[in-house]
Amino acid sequence: MDTSEDILQQASPDVVRGSETGRAAKAARLSPSFVSWLQAGPMMLVFLAFFLIPLVFVVIVSFWDYNEYQLLPAFSGRGYTDTFEGCIAQLPDLCTIAKTYLKTLKLCFLVWAITLFIGFWVAYFLAFHIKSKTWQMGLSLLCTIPFWTSNVIRMIAWIPLLGRNGLVNSGLMKTGLIGQPIEWLLFSEFSVVLALVHLFTFFMVVPIFNSMIRIDKSLIEAAYDAGATGFQTLVNVIIPLAKPGIVIGSIFVITIVMGDFITIGVMGGQQIAAAGKIIETRVNALQFPAAAANAVILLVITFLIITMMSRIVDIKKEL
Amino acid sequence: MTETTKKTGVSRRTLLKSTAGLAGLAAGSGAITGFPYVMSAEPKVLRYLGTAVNEGDDISKQCLKDTGIKIEYITATTDDVTKRVMTQPNSFDVLDTEYFSLKKIVPSGNILALDAKKIKEFDNITPVFTKGETPGGKKIGGQGTAPWKVLYLEGKDSKKFATSATEFVTLIPTVYNADTLGIRPDIIKRPINSWAELLNPEFKGKASILNIPSIGIMDAAMVVEATGKYKYADKGNMTKEEIDLTMKVMTEAKKAGQFRAFWKDFNESVNLMASGETVIQSMWSPAVTKVRSMGIACTFQPLKEGYRSWASGFCVSKGVSGQKLDWAYEFVNWFLSGYAGAYLNRQGYYSAVLSTAKANMEPYEWAYWMEGKPAEKDIKAPDGSLLEKAGAVRDGGSYEDRMGGVACWNAVMDENDYMVRKWNEFIAA
Repeated sequence: MDTSEDILQQASPDVVRGSETGRAAKAARLSPSFVSWLQAGPMMLVFLAFFLIPLVFVVIVSFWDYNEYQLLPAFSGRGYTDTFEGCIAQLPDLCTIAKTYLKTLKLCFLVWAITLFIGFWVAYFLAFHIKSKTWQMGLSLLCTIPFWTSNVIRMIAWIPLLGRNGLVNSGLMKTGLIGQPIEWLLFSEFSVVLALVHLFTFFMVVPIFNSMIRIDKSLIEAAYDAGATGFQTLVNVIIPLAKPGIVIGSIFVITIVMGDFITIGVMGGQQIAAAGKIIETRVNALQFPAAAANAVILLVITFLIITMMSRIVDIKKEL
Repeated sequence: MTETTKKTGVSRRTLLKSTAGLAGLAAGSGAITGFPYVMSAEPKVLRYLGTAVNEGDDISKQCLKDTGIKIEYITATTDDVTKRVMTQPNSFDVLDTEYFSLKKIVPSGNILALDAKKIKEFDNITPVFTKGETPGGKKIGGQGTAPWKVLYLEGKDSKKFATSATEFVTLIPTVYNADTLGIRPDIIKRPINSWAELLNPEFKGKASILNIPSIGIMDAAMVVEATGKYKYADKGNMTKEEIDLTMKVMTEAKKAGQFRAFWKDFNESVNLMASGETVIQSMWSPAVTKVRSMGIACTFQPLKEGYRSWASGFCVSKGVSGQKLDWAYEFVNWFLSGYAGAYLNRQGYYSAVLSTAKANMEPYEWAYWMEGKPAEKDIKAPDGSLLEKAGAVRDGGSYEDRMGGVACWNAVMDENDYMVRKWNEFIAA
């Protein structure tokens, strides 16, 4: 999410510059660099006040000491050492914290892969198969339907559907396909991934659709004229040109899923650990420095993933 | 203010000017605290921070009617309440929290002890809190953070608990209960009488406990003791080795697929039980009542090892003073005067002052809820819905039997930090 704000920021000066032509004469007296600072200023201040400064605090607090009921502002690595307590002694077995981060990465990867697959084809359908602009608009609005109810309600709605005595199980039992209710439908990794995909596919659809809609149709015609098969066109023309959308969508999904603890908690029956959950429990136990330390670790991991992705695609250039 | 404007017809500007002038004058003369006009203009509002247990619309409405005090509820989970006391002590006036949180809250210096002399009914508070025994003289188990261990402070601003009675009370008790396991008798179809049943492989994939570490570990300890694996010196204050042992037993059960899910709030526990996802789990009494009111059989099962108990009460933020503090005392006194107590009793909790609650209940209600007798008439919830038909008996029987059967209290351990980490590992295992 953070990096996506970065992207927006990169883009904003261009956008603002266009609307300024009317006052250009007046502005010309001021130096152009001053004007662009002025234009970027408000966003920068918001970014500084509500993102960078709190982030600096989180990093500082992560190096504080703590006791049962207060923070002790003295330098201490306890937040970090407590987090990894016993991890080295336990080798080669992985300790809980390492397993938790691995589990989070695994869930994140699954959700990312599935949302990308579904999102790509939904966007493809909207961009290339729907000719009328009105229908394109209407159908993309349709994609927002999951967002018409609250996050929590959308998750909880799965429970009567997937539960032991839920619709799916009772339906299957009645048709005689199964004799015993399927237990792994609910409170399992399956239900977690299902709910996350349900919640976040939209975040893939929009940026990918956005990139695809800007692909010059004549390029596809040219590929077709040159004798490319549909598959070749897809791989050599459409996917490369939709890359910025894919990367932006991926960043959305990955940052959200890495930090999620509510969906994983509810759909996993509180039995599946996630990095976000560790932070929540730490905060609840008033261990703020330890919570901050875990937040920093999570941030670093997420940041690494995003850096790797932006190595693959230079978003600045593509935009 | 608005009313004055209407009556006298002065413009807002002149009114503001004159009020400011008056206020300035009052401030200058040092008489601001006793100034009648300024004070009467201020509505009697108390910001009330707590979990949802005591926070009923009916209670706040009745309070407004009787005392003119408007209660603004700030509802949070137990953990969040504590967090708020630590980080934003000025964001509330009255605090409603559990006794076990005191071990964290009192050393922070963010709350004000109340003066027992100003609490009218203080001497009538049930001996459960003051002596650790029931009115009938049964000794109550004191493992964990039992209320009588943390009821008094050494002095007004002291951060140390007093070992004997003093004037300064940390929390004026309001409500408490004896918790046990909830079961689905229609699915289990056999008597359950021990905490050990929670880990019985018969209920594999159908059991649950709550994911609030300080309470969950107590339930776990009840189970471990019931299986005969270990006997704790104090379940509410384990050593590191004891924590490891307890979590090992639970982790093995978890890995074997014993638990269906863990729950964190009231509604989650109701949903798990009502949908049949679980058939045996730790539960709160009103949650059992809720499941039952949905037409699903659910029993708050008394067990031979006894109950795990909890209690909560009132104190005020350290930022409260002057008139507001008087209102706080007025409110606490009102709360103990009967209406609220009867209301809580009818939900299956217990009130701190039994005599006033009794005066506010029908004799047949008192007999059902408190004396363990079969209901003479239909038993209704505070909202008027039917809870039990005539003839039903309360699970676990009378107040004496239930509170007398308490084995331990919700607690914060000395090794709390370590326990929380181990609990996390259990959840993640």
